Amino acid sequence: MLYLDRAGFGDLLRSLADAGYELIGPTVRDGAVVLEEIEGVEDLPTGVGEEQGPGAYRLTDRPGGRLFGWAHGPDAAKRFLFPPRELLATVRRNGTMRVERPEEERPFAFVGLRACDLHAIEVQDRVFMDLDPAYRSRRERAVFIGVNCAEPGSTCFCASMGTGPRCTTGFDLALTELEDGFALEVGTPRGEELLSAVESRQATQAEAAEVERILEAATARMGRELDTSDMPDLLYRNLEHPRWQEVAERCLACGNCTSVCPTCFCHDVVDGVSLDGEVATRTREWASCFSAEHSWAAGEVVRGSRAARYRQWLTHKFASWIDQYGTSGCVGCGRCITWCPVGIDVTEEIAAVRAADGEVVRAG
Amino acid sequence: MSATETDVRRTQPEGGPTRVAVIQRIVPETPESATYWSTWRDGDGEGYAFEAGQFNMLYVFGVGEVAISISSDPAHPQRLGHTIRSIGRVTNVIKDLRPGDEIGIRGPFGRPWPLHEAEGGDLVVVAGGVGVCPVRPAIETAMRRRDRYRRLILLLGARTPSLLPYQEELDWWLATMERLGVELHLTVDEPEPGWLYGAGVVTTLFPKAQVEPARTTAFVCGPEIMMRFAGKGLLEMGVPPERVYVSMERNMQCGIGLCGHCQLGPYFVCADGPVFRYDRIADLMEVREL
Repeated sequence: MLYLDRAGFGDLLRSLADAGYELIGPTVRDGAVVLEEIEGVEDLPTGVGEEQGPGAYRLTDRPGGRLFGWAHGPDAAKRFLFPPRELLATVRRNGTMRVERPEEERPFAFVGLRACDLHAIEVQDRVFMDLDPAYRSRRERAVFIGVNCAEPGSTCFCASMGTGPRCTTGFDLALTELEDGFALEVGTPRGEELLSAVESRQATQAEAAEVERILEAATARMGRELDTSDMPDLLYRNLEHPRWQEVAERCLACGNCTSVCPTCFCHDVVDGVSLDGEVATRTREWASCFSAEHSWAAGEVVRGSRAARYRQWLTHKFASWIDQYGTSGCVGCGRCITWCPVGIDVTEEIAAVRAADGEVVRAG
Repeated sequence: MSATETDVRRTQPEGGPTRVAVIQRIVPETPESATYWSTWRDGDGEGYAFEAGQFNMLYVFGVGEVAISISSDPAHPQRLGHTIRSIGRVTNVIKDLRPGDEIGIRGPFGRPWPLHEAEGGDLVVVAGGVGVCPVRPAIETAMRRRDRYRRLILLLGARTPSLLPYQEELDWWLATMERLGVELHLTVDEPEPGWLYGAGVVTTLFPKAQVEPARTTAFVCGPEIMMRFAGKGLLEMGVPPERVYVSMERNMQCGIGLCGHCQLGPYFVCADGPVFRYDRIADLMEVREL
């Protein structure tokens, strides 16, 4: 384990920017910690804490001037690797159809991603890597600097999902914020290279012990728990469970959960045409299984009820995802709980299904 | 913007190129549907081949794509027939296309009817309404390879006579089938004056056709409720569960299991289907609004 002081961390970010990376990091905007292009350390959320709960998110003042004294806001790397709107192609009519592809962007350097979000990227990799060259290009050129989570939110359950709070995968460098600097782990040869631009030293035994203490405390403070045993079968055998109807009476089908979920990948391809009719665009946009049009087929909506849409989302995320991609679709970040306007809690919903396993309602 | 040349017409990531076809002939089938016969624009059909039961993504310039199963003979991939119901945003624009108009075609996608598995035994095709369209390539292929099958039995139903496609070709079908010893049974739920065939839902044809369950492989295509009853009926008669196949329909926007819209339980209908072994999805088909 290495040690990097505050100044060294600033140098690291500067060296990434100098190398042509677009620095994407946490910053405060509109009362939330969001991910945006940042200039350097000065843009990070210094002295900021968070209070999260079902349907609740507030920033707090946090004495001590830490940069990463919060869990995570609504954004994950998904917003950059799989953007909400992405031009796929421009098609020109002029005699023949001709397709123009957007140019490649600058490579991203992500700073401050949590372990849950690094896992989420690996979950989305299984969806996009083989099928979407633009995603693959962005993903492979990006640099990932993770930060171990010391302050899990009250809606977090990464410990249950085996995805945190410690960064175990998907990082070039992983930091743990200490009193006046950072303990540092190197994850890849690229991470090693990045370090050559800055002054670091071996961490002391006391510093290494402090990292362990921080992570143990974070695990112990995890706000929520989820029993993942017997998945996917638990949900597969409860497709007619009365809980779906019960949650549907609270669910607004707004799609907030799918927007903030770092793994949800459903999308539409939307076509447009210029006023002169000569140029057509094909744009990919995030879609949500909570909308009616998501399941529109053969002249009708397959999942007409909110109960069916909630069931689709939850069973996909926690059950069928395992069959499709060999991993759960949930990383336990808890954003769907925090950003749900009525505070629906996936851990509570799954526990309720489990508590009455096998109960069946026959829809009329 | 970086422009690529005209031979790379990728409009979806990794879904293959969009080729351009020219509509040659439009045959009205039912009040809502018509068959659009097309040939490829010069050179665009090179290397294109499909199997019975697969579908294409049809692209209308500036409007978008729609998944349509191929309803013509796979032996002639240079001349494609798509029977299209005008019920959605894209298909309602296709309705106004005329011979000479161009469409983009990306495909083929999906798993086909397992025709080889029926070889040596009887092939029973059960179709309801426009459900006959995705299974027509299988019928034509089996007729072309008539000697590979024992009995070929077609059980076609519709709600009313006018909702049965391909009537323009009915005389040709009847003559060809008679020549090849294909057993054709037709029925409608609501007969009209002049209707010469059966009355009742398509499952009523099972005893009439004297299906021999132990030798049968069945391809079933139609509205989901019809496939549920037909699938159950065939299994109850004793057709081995692993030899009953259905073709599912869901919202398919990409064709490659990426966009997420066509999920049915763990399956992506566009890539894992649309043709499924019935016993693998029978339980899922029983769940409302899945």
